[in-house]
Amino acid sequence: MRHLPHTSEEIAAMLSRAGAKDLDTLFKAIPKGLRCDAGLAIPEGMAEQDLWKDLNAVAMQNRTMSCSSSFLGGGAYRHYVPAAVSELAGRSEFVTPYTPYQPEVSQGTLQAIFEYQSQICRIFGMDVSNGSHYSGATAAADAALMARRISKGRKKVLLPENMHPEYRHVVETVIADEKDVGNIPASAGHIDRAALSSMISDEVAAVFVQYPNFFGIVEDLRDVAQAAHEARALMVAVVPEPIALGILNPPGSFGADIAVGEGLSLGLPVSFGGPTLGIFTARRELVRDMPGRICGKTVDAGGRPGYVLTLSTREQHIRRERATSNICSNQALCATTAAIYMSMLGKEGMRELASINAAKADYAKKRLASVAGVEIPFEAPTFNEFVYETARPAADVLDALLADGIMGGIDLGKWMPDMDRRVLVCATELNTKQEIDGYADALAAALR
Amino acid sequence: MSRENTGQTTGTTGLLFEEPTIFEQSVPGRRGTSLPASDVPEFNPCEAFGRLTRDTAPALPELCEADVVRHFTRLSMQNYSKDVGFYPLGSCTMKYNPKIASRAAALPGFADTHPFQPESTVQGNLRVCWELERHLAEICGMDAVTLWPAAGSHGELTGMLMIRAYHTMRGNPRSKVIIPDSAHGTNPASAATCHYGVVTVKSGPDGLLDPAAVEAAMDDEVAAIMITNPNTLGIFEEHFKDVADIVHAKGGLVYLDGANLNALMGVVKPGEIGADLMHMNLHKTFGTPHGGGGPGAGPVAVLKELAQYLPVPRIVKRGDSYRISEKFPESIGRINTFFGNFGVLLRAYAYIRELGAEGLAAATRMAVLNANYVRARLEKAYDLPYKKPCMHECVFSDKLQQAKGIKTLDIAKRLMDYGFHPPTVYFPLIVHGAIMIEPTETECKDQLDRFCDAMLAIAGECEDQPDLVKNAPSRPFRRRLDEARAAKELVLKE
Repeated sequence: MRHLPHTSEEIAAMLSRAGAKDLDTLFKAIPKGLRCDAGLAIPEGMAEQDLWKDLNAVAMQNRTMSCSSSFLGGGAYRHYVPAAVSELAGRSEFVTPYTPYQPEVSQGTLQAIFEYQSQICRIFGMDVSNGSHYSGATAAADAALMARRISKGRKKVLLPENMHPEYRHVVETVIADEKDVGNIPASAGHIDRAALSSMISDEVAAVFVQYPNFFGIVEDLRDVAQAAHEARALMVAVVPEPIALGILNPPGSFGADIAVGEGLSLGLPVSFGGPTLGIFTARRELVRDMPGRICGKTVDAGGRPGYVLTLSTREQHIRRERATSNICSNQALCATTAAIYMSMLGKEGMRELASINAAKADYAKKRLASVAGVEIPFEAPTFNEFVYETARPAADVLDALLADGIMGGIDLGKWMPDMDRRVLVCATELNTKQEIDGYADALAAALR
Repeated sequence: MSRENTGQTTGTTGLLFEEPTIFEQSVPGRRGTSLPASDVPEFNPCEAFGRLTRDTAPALPELCEADVVRHFTRLSMQNYSKDVGFYPLGSCTMKYNPKIASRAAALPGFADTHPFQPESTVQGNLRVCWELERHLAEICGMDAVTLWPAAGSHGELTGMLMIRAYHTMRGNPRSKVIIPDSAHGTNPASAATCHYGVVTVKSGPDGLLDPAAVEAAMDDEVAAIMITNPNTLGIFEEHFKDVADIVHAKGGLVYLDGANLNALMGVVKPGEIGADLMHMNLHKTFGTPHGGGGPGAGPVAVLKELAQYLPVPRIVKRGDSYRISEKFPESIGRINTFFGNFGVLLRAYAYIRELGAEGLAAATRMAVLNANYVRARLEKAYDLPYKKPCMHECVFSDKLQQAKGIKTLDIAKRLMDYGFHPPTVYFPLIVHGAIMIEPTETECKDQLDRFCDAMLAIAGECEDQPDLVKNAPSRPFRRRLDEARAAKELVLKE
């Protein structure tokens, strides 16, 4: 076994030093009846080159986005990752340490996380960020728990229908009591303001919004924040595509108390949807109620600047059942990757990338809208995604497109049965005009 | 014994750079990425978004590619990592991470796939997940597995939600969970997140869970017991089966915290000795890298009586093809988006395939041998509060060194001067000044000897030159950092 260095001489010497006559003796503390003597029914091990061959064969059973035209989004957006980002993030000095519990020998990871927190705060227009969460959806769930904790006694959270269904499901799973979750209906793709006012009460701990929302719509949410604050509830903004904030007003500007997001777009491969990067930010006053690791700046015994994990008295290893969250490991390497990506992009790059994404999606929306039999159901500005509708079931339309090598989008009927003729389409900087035109042609043929 | 008994430490400050923050290096007008010329009509954000348009672009730093590369390369050099050397962080299982696994995760065939692709186009991904579930179920002696929890504590929360669903189905969710005082902090935090009260039971004088104490705490309101086995002292809970019987007799469930599964592969299958469900940490036992704190993955394995509550989606095999199904009405629901940390799952899959049944069992045997060897070499120089034979890790304390005013933290910091990452310190909480050492199986005897020599040398220094130890470290990039100041004068961003 190439990963086990022990020679038989060494094993003998070590056993002798440990006072055991053989390896079995080391396990004598385990009562005989509790041991499994049959061994494991798992295939035999293999040489590295055989494994590599095998893994390649398994990978070949997938069809990649690059070998098709992909218009899939829905919370996982495909972007170009500059070579320097994967190269740096793949350095084993970042990949193979544990959580930086010993700051003197972990300054690299800690400074990278500090820079990540700083960049995220600038993008989101918020005061404080943690060092990462598992994913946008689990960050949303922890935001719901945090809001309930802060509001002491208020249990209800309101989730809009135009929020990503998987995010909504994750929040519902963690709240685990359906009477504590209210679903704010959507009207023409927007939060139904009248419904919201009738639902808001002194039992509500938080009102959630998604920005841009699940249908791609960029909604003005200042009045929602106002309504939440008048009822002394918190507003939690969910941002599955932070690239949008290159050209859109950030959550901090429209009154979000907590803003969470998905950082998959910030330099990570889509990779079937994970590892993801949960972004978690808040107003400064809420920092001691935040979940997760936070990195802070300090000095060492010689007065030189340095970084440490801080505010750990909020956390499970100190406070146990009274901790602000049960989270321990996070997605530090993903946060480091995002810090590198954001540094590569820079101020103007971020703005330009956002503009290009919006331009491609805008072109695609106009192009598909011009196809006979295609309707755009929501009259509203959209960022990188939009919804179209035809007279045929979305599933059939998408099957026909797939036969032409196009992954044409997401069938909204998957979650909303009354929307089974609607498709959610995404375009990013990786979609060429030619691909978009090809989509329009194939769609026209499919609907003919 | 020591190769060179020169009194010199082996840690080195090396060629390290004082590195300003990325913002301090920013120069307006510089850029690190190029974007292709647009091939679609121009788009005016102000026209489209009106007053929702951002006034000024986010103030990200402006640098050329080379500047960014140097900055993060220099930062990386300030880290101690598993690839640099011995990393005996107890309870964290810092074993060497095979490179083939990371190369597998980067294969475009996997990395360039989308979670909402049609099933027919991601059969490879689904096969990896399905087979990994089978392998993990076999190792745990369980019937079904969910792969989606993103970390160990996320697995615990998933397990607790399933326990709640199980009891709710029987008419009463119950209100309490029993947790030994030696448990990881995540255990009580996960139980509390799931609205359970926590009943702490004290470990016995031998460091083991006492069946009588569990019996006394057990009643009809106890939903489950959470047990780490081997426990956080590195000792096998030999009364596990008896405790499980006591809990089962009153309708409770037995949750096993599988953080220490590296001590059990091929030796004990928890599902066969009384555990009903458990999580495991792929970033510990199954060789996926820790990434400076994540991403990991915390799959949960369950007996068939609990399978109906597993989170959705689930992978179903029909003939030779795999399908994604959400049609499980008793499921607790979804606990994460998409398919969890898929890239991490892929690495663990590669690891298990490479080692195979024999390799996994051998890894466990060598992990236990290494821990016992370190224990034997250090037990005279350091206090060993619990004398039972250890499994994959051993726990000492600073009791003998306290006579000279030296604390565990000082010993940990001094180890850095010798070129080692310190062990886990001050955990478990039941050992005052705990020093928890987990060597893992990927370390050779020479490496263990060098570490033990350093520990013995430090024990000597505690007698002769206590100030040297109290002021450590002196060799790493930074001396002791002021954590109290960081928490008081919060500087969390620039």
